[in-house]
Amino acid sequence: MGDPINNMVGEETSDEERAELRETLGLTDPIHIQFSRFVVNASKGEFGISYQLRRPVSELIIERLPATIELVLISALIALVSGTLLGVYTGINRKGFLSDFILAVSLLGVSLPTFVIGILFIYLFAVILGVLPSFGRGEVIDLGFWSTGLLTISGLKAIILPSVTLSLFQMTYIIRLVRAEMMEILQTDYIKFARARGISEKSINYKHALKNGLIPVITIAGINIGTLVAFSIITETVFQWPGMGFLFIQAVQFVDIPIMSAYLVFIAFVFVMINFIVDILYYFIDPRIRVKGDVTSG
Amino acid sequence: MTFLKINNLSIDYKMRKETVNAAKNINIDINKGEIVGLVGESGSGKSTVANAIVNLIDEPGKISNGSIFMGDTNISENQETIVQYRGKKIGLIFQDPQTSLNPILTIGEQLIETIQTHLNINTDEAKNRAINLLKEVGIKEAEKRFNNYPHQFSGGMRQRVVISLALCCEPELLIADEPTTALDVSIQSQILELIKRLTKERNLAVILITHDMGVIAETTDRVAVMKNGDLIEIGLTKQILVEPKEKYTKSLVSSVPPTNKKISRFTIIEKENLNIQNNNIKILNRWSKKSIVDQNLVKIQNLSKSFDDSFFTENTKNSVMAVDDVSFDIKEGKSFGLVGESGSGKTTIAKMVVNLFKPSSGDIFFDNVNVTKIKKNKDLLKFRRQIQMIFQDPFSSLNGRLKVNEIIAEPIKLHNPDIKSSDLDSYIHDLLESVELTQQSAIRYPHEFSGGQRQRISIARALATQPRLLVCDEPTSALDVSIQAQILNLLKDLQEQLNLTILFISHDLPVVRQMCDKIAVLKDGKLCEVSETEELFKNPKHNYTKELLKLMPKIESIYN
Repeated sequence: MGDPINNMVGEETSDEERAELRETLGLTDPIHIQFSRFVVNASKGEFGISYQLRRPVSELIIERLPATIELVLISALIALVSGTLLGVYTGINRKGFLSDFILAVSLLGVSLPTFVIGILFIYLFAVILGVLPSFGRGEVIDLGFWSTGLLTISGLKAIILPSVTLSLFQMTYIIRLVRAEMMEILQTDYIKFARARGISEKSINYKHALKNGLIPVITIAGINIGTLVAFSIITETVFQWPGMGFLFIQAVQFVDIPIMSAYLVFIAFVFVMINFIVDILYYFIDPRIRVKGDVTSG
Repeated sequence: MTFLKINNLSIDYKMRKETVNAAKNINIDINKGEIVGLVGESGSGKSTVANAIVNLIDEPGKISNGSIFMGDTNISENQETIVQYRGKKIGLIFQDPQTSLNPILTIGEQLIETIQTHLNINTDEAKNRAINLLKEVGIKEAEKRFNNYPHQFSGGMRQRVVISLALCCEPELLIADEPTTALDVSIQSQILELIKRLTKERNLAVILITHDMGVIAETTDRVAVMKNGDLIEIGLTKQILVEPKEKYTKSLVSSVPPTNKKISRFTIIEKENLNIQNNNIKILNRWSKKSIVDQNLVKIQNLSKSFDDSFFTENTKNSVMAVDDVSFDIKEGKSFGLVGESGSGKTTIAKMVVNLFKPSSGDIFFDNVNVTKIKKNKDLLKFRRQIQMIFQDPFSSLNGRLKVNEIIAEPIKLHNPDIKSSDLDSYIHDLLESVELTQQSAIRYPHEFSGGQRQRISIARALATQPRLLVCDEPTSALDVSIQAQILNLLKDLQEQLNLTILFISHDLPVVRQMCDKIAVLKDGKLCEVSETEELFKNPKHNYTKELLKLMPKIESIYN
């Protein structure tokens, strides 16, 4: 373990050939030189050559990127839309059978691990009902820079199970968050004052309360999209989804360090970018940040 | 002709274990063009009655009996009628203008939505109407401010916006629930004037809920006194305040600090804890009582404090001078008052005196030692035990997870680590009895006490180190008047017996007049004037002081 050369060459390779390969790959250099070379190359988007697949890592990543991005975006969309809708419903109708039911189910979503849900889905929809595929991306259309599965029927069918599986945890999280926010905001003075002015319940719930309630939700949801990318490793493995997570798992089994490092740098980059975007979004959503307090006395 | 008629109204809150009667058989009539005050202490049910009129009682409260008639319509009968009346026929104003407006909608959007809910007019007409209304309530450049968000207005301006929202569809009844409690005196008088003017101009019927007897005296035509859900008495304001019939009303009126004279003690008719009489202050035996030396215990010289916006920019452009070149002395054994409106820097000064803030410049001398120059914490400790503080909010200033004896023991153990536990217990008991609490209080938690009792615990904690200087930062502003009177009496007694020096901070001029020998008036961090209390009230020199004195609500104005 640990020596990449062992994984790259066969049993019959001589010690001389191994040493030569080590030399060409630069593995004999001191650690700080190797590391600075890695940083310089990484900043140019070059992460070296995969030990296992013998191809540039950046190429592999770009090839696998669309699959993961599509999966993550679709599940983020599912999580946000249905999470917000259900959250608002349970927040407004605090008592009632449907609310209790949604909350009970959401408890399952939080407590069941993703791979169990994935396997249950495969068993139900692919094995018993046979309506949806259990693995792969289906037919893919190549747009040159991007290969998408969203334009074919089989591609759309293939994305349903993995994206729902991936979104469930985030969705339940958002339901609970939106519900808590709504319940808190519906108790505030300005909602009470709006009621006292005779504003309709519909406007109070959706215009006055929901808009205020979404501000903290956006922060959490933004961070969670980052987690979705990370979580997708498990989902992609369960559904044999040809994305980056799947690539990463294979790399881990093979101690393919260039792929692993490239993947981790990419995840870190995604997290930073999303937080950055969320901070900018804040500026547009919350007037208290956008408009400087120009307080006049009196 | 009676406009609003509240008949035998009862409101119950059904709790798990018991039913709380928040209002019992209330009968109030209100005519058009008159302001009826609803006065009472916290928990008296005055807000509940107001909320019942618009059917917005918080869960699980319900009207259990009685009716409310507006004209000939019974508005308590069905939900639909009252929903239509809200905003259209009845306008409501809440206490805190900071939280009454939706922070992410412009005031224009909120006005237009309200107008269009009730009146069938298009957006342009609604906008015109809204702008005229904003002008009417005294907002300058209304066309421009129309597109501003609530946070761009100051507290007083926001309350004007709230009033314009309550009045935008020309209601006939206005309910104002403590509309000026969160505001400074000068703004309070403007808002009350505005309500009075609109009442006349629009022939409104107004219900004004407040705990401030001064406001009642100056604003209302009639007043209803409530206590624990009962209507104690109702009548012309003058009659109620001058010749109250009921014992409770008498005690309420006598608890109000008079604005025109200094009295030595408040007359307490109904006491919070009847079982304890505070004839002797028990801790006197332990107190190493110092005779008063005729000297300045505290000398403050050219004290300034600025809060910088950011850590790196030390330029003066962004910095706010919270305290600006303030100097005064406090004589040992005397009470010194610091008076000012919010943002005047009075609390900042207090925190610098007790060494919670470091001054930006200037010196604080305590007993002729420059405290600001002391660097070592160990040396500071000597001074900290001599200076203790009582905070404004009795709910957040006590740790809810500690029992009362642990709370009081903490400072004692800090300054006297070798104290024996039996000695500690009896010391704590003496302290509690000195502030008129029972010994049994020691093993209870803060949440088991009322606000006034908690403030007594705070005082006991402050006395535990046997301080020479007590800094009281608005010690009674969160309390009801009758409780306030008792706490102020207690502070007076303690000061007399223990030779304490007190720095008393308040925005409430009548209270300061009762408590202090000398007063400093602050505005925007600057000192306006310092003078003897009676001198300040009789011959104010600074214009700002004159203004404050003129504007403070006076219960005595009823005699004019």
